[in-house]
Amino acid sequence: MGDHHHGPAKGLTRWLFTTNHKDIGTMYLWFSFAMFILGGSFAMIIRAELFQPGMQLVEPAFFNQMTTLHGLVMVFGAIMPSFVGLANWMIPMMIGAPDMALPRMNNWSFWILPPAFLLLASTLFVEGGAPAFGWTFYAPLSTTYAPPSVTFFIFSVHVLGLSSIMGSINIIATVMNMRAPGMTYMKMPLFVWTWLITAFLLVAVMPVLAGAVTMMLMDIHFGTSFFSAAGGGDPVLFQHIFWFFGHPEVYIIILPAFGVVSQIIPTFSRKPLFGYDSMVYATASIAFLSFIVWAHHMYTVGMPVAGELFFMYATMLIAVPTGVKVFNWISTMWRGALTFETPMLFCMGFLVLFTIGGFTGLMLSIAPADFQYHDSYFVVAHFHYVMVAGAVFSMTAAVYYWLPKWCGRMYNESMGKTHFWISFIGFNLAFFPQHFVGLAGMPRRIPDYALQFADFNMMSSIGAFIYGASQIMFLYNVIATIVSGKPTSDEKTWEGAEGLEWTIATPAPYHTFETPPAVR
Amino acid sequence: MIAVSKNPVVDTVAKLVVVAIAMFAFVFVVMVPLYNVLCEALGINGKTNAQAYTAVQTGIDESREITIQFVATNNQGMPWEFKPSVTIMKVNPGASNDTVFFASNPLPDAMVAQAIPSVSPSRAAEFFHKTECFCFNQQPLDGNSSAEMPLQFIVDRDLPRDIKTITLSYTIFDVTDMVSGAVATR
Repeated sequence: MGDHHHGPAKGLTRWLFTTNHKDIGTMYLWFSFAMFILGGSFAMIIRAELFQPGMQLVEPAFFNQMTTLHGLVMVFGAIMPSFVGLANWMIPMMIGAPDMALPRMNNWSFWILPPAFLLLASTLFVEGGAPAFGWTFYAPLSTTYAPPSVTFFIFSVHVLGLSSIMGSINIIATVMNMRAPGMTYMKMPLFVWTWLITAFLLVAVMPVLAGAVTMMLMDIHFGTSFFSAAGGGDPVLFQHIFWFFGHPEVYIIILPAFGVVSQIIPTFSRKPLFGYDSMVYATASIAFLSFIVWAHHMYTVGMPVAGELFFMYATMLIAVPTGVKVFNWISTMWRGALTFETPMLFCMGFLVLFTIGGFTGLMLSIAPADFQYHDSYFVVAHFHYVMVAGAVFSMTAAVYYWLPKWCGRMYNESMGKTHFWISFIGFNLAFFPQHFVGLAGMPRRIPDYALQFADFNMMSSIGAFIYGASQIMFLYNVIATIVSGKPTSDEKTWEGAEGLEWTIATPAPYHTFETPPAVR
Repeated sequence: MIAVSKNPVVDTVAKLVVVAIAMFAFVFVVMVPLYNVLCEALGINGKTNAQAYTAVQTGIDESREITIQFVATNNQGMPWEFKPSVTIMKVNPGASNDTVFFASNPLPDAMVAQAIPSVSPSRAAEFFHKTECFCFNQQPLDGNSSAEMPLQFIVDRDLPRDIKTITLSYTIFDVTDMVSGAVATR
């Protein structure tokens, strides 16, 4: 940082060798959008196959590869990197730091991601096909009965885990050491808070995931028997280890989304966030609870009743801090001077739909009832309400909200609003009927289904196509904004916006806060 | 950034790297053993003793009879014939009982098998003691041959009175590749 260049380098090497947090954030965001399109096209194949009962388009084996890759790509390739990209762009600007604490590691943690996903996607073309054991890769499906490409999958998970760990170490180091003078912890914007806690979760559980896939690797190639009963191991152990990672992972995905919503709702309510302190404590409580509820994903595995009860009550407890957050957002809007620009619309969509997803989560947490819901389309509907309408909607809101600051140009507002309404209708048409078919007994991860589910599945597929197509409009709007949007140089794009990122010039200069700002 | 005598960023990073490595180690050295210890101690998953139980003379409880059911299952792809000699026994708690399982290898090559037991209901697992069991060891069998494999067990006198039937299930696995040390060709 001590050298004297003031603008970005030119050409491809700018992106290869950059250590600038804005460049790296941009690359993360574009990469995650590409993965979003890739994972989305897998989803389109799934929904096209399920458009009608009977085998229509693809072989069952390929269908299983699609469900597996759709989940893996969306979770690890689209949602997680998109929020890391947002963190890279926004955290230094929000805490008044000139860059991330470890700029070179930042470059590295991005650039190992594309090869990892290239490796994963390449398995589609190898003999035996891509992994087909579901994104949860339960042993022995993923060990004894796995296709040979599972080894590629394992290496890919190792690499992207490493990327996540490096990224989160960087975020923690930045937030803990590089805040502007006067920026105390309890003055940090909530997006920074949620990311700080998320980063701690990542450092704690990504190594657990790495451990799980390492055990798989050893079982497959080195003759150990961690998950093989024949050698004294136990396949159920895999599920415990996986969900010990997997449940915190759920909050790794949703906490940054909470942070985004906590930035945007106050702006368009023209009021400060209601209950800032309680938001921080609620986030921390959710993070803590996420470590002691993992077995609610595996009620049907044959746990003792005491275990079922413990995990049931602990899970229900999460509704308390989550409820605190939802009520705080609503209270923020109460008697605010509300306007409904595109970012706010997406946040409102988030609020309504995430709450529905939270309630179906509560239904699933009830151990005796879960035996009916388990592995049905009800579960699929539940987690798409929290993953898509939760994480993806808030990420979309974030892009519309900060895009003018990033590129100094205003997006097309009416196209943005159209994007929201088409997304909202398409999303609900796709996933609401899945609650019904799930309750009626349609299992997840099947390429064919009983005739009585035909109508709802056709609705679901049509909704999915609408939702998918609306993302093309989003892509077009973003590109059109960058290329030829209406220039804006207002420091505050939004009248009600607060925070350090709105005190710098628009578009944000390549280097910001080289001298730390004074925080009141 | 000019390095001061002690850079706080380096300090933070060092601590976090230690946490990450510790969590990786935690999976192997804590979670796996802890899972096995808990399962065995609490009888979760119907896990029974993996080593011979040393019988303690406690006398026989003549007041009740427990029905023991035997189930034999072949793991996927295991070609052996594998079955219990009797499928149901009535036993008194505290008494020592003997039975045999029958196995035959229909293939021309020698094979090694491992039987894995599971007890249902799982609450009964800690009260079901095997004093001798073919499942304690791997079972080699020459091609086209058969064997009778002995099982000796005691049902504990402390078995809860509401449990009247215990099912002992064995799944037999082909472990020939594991024993020969050959890594499966895949």
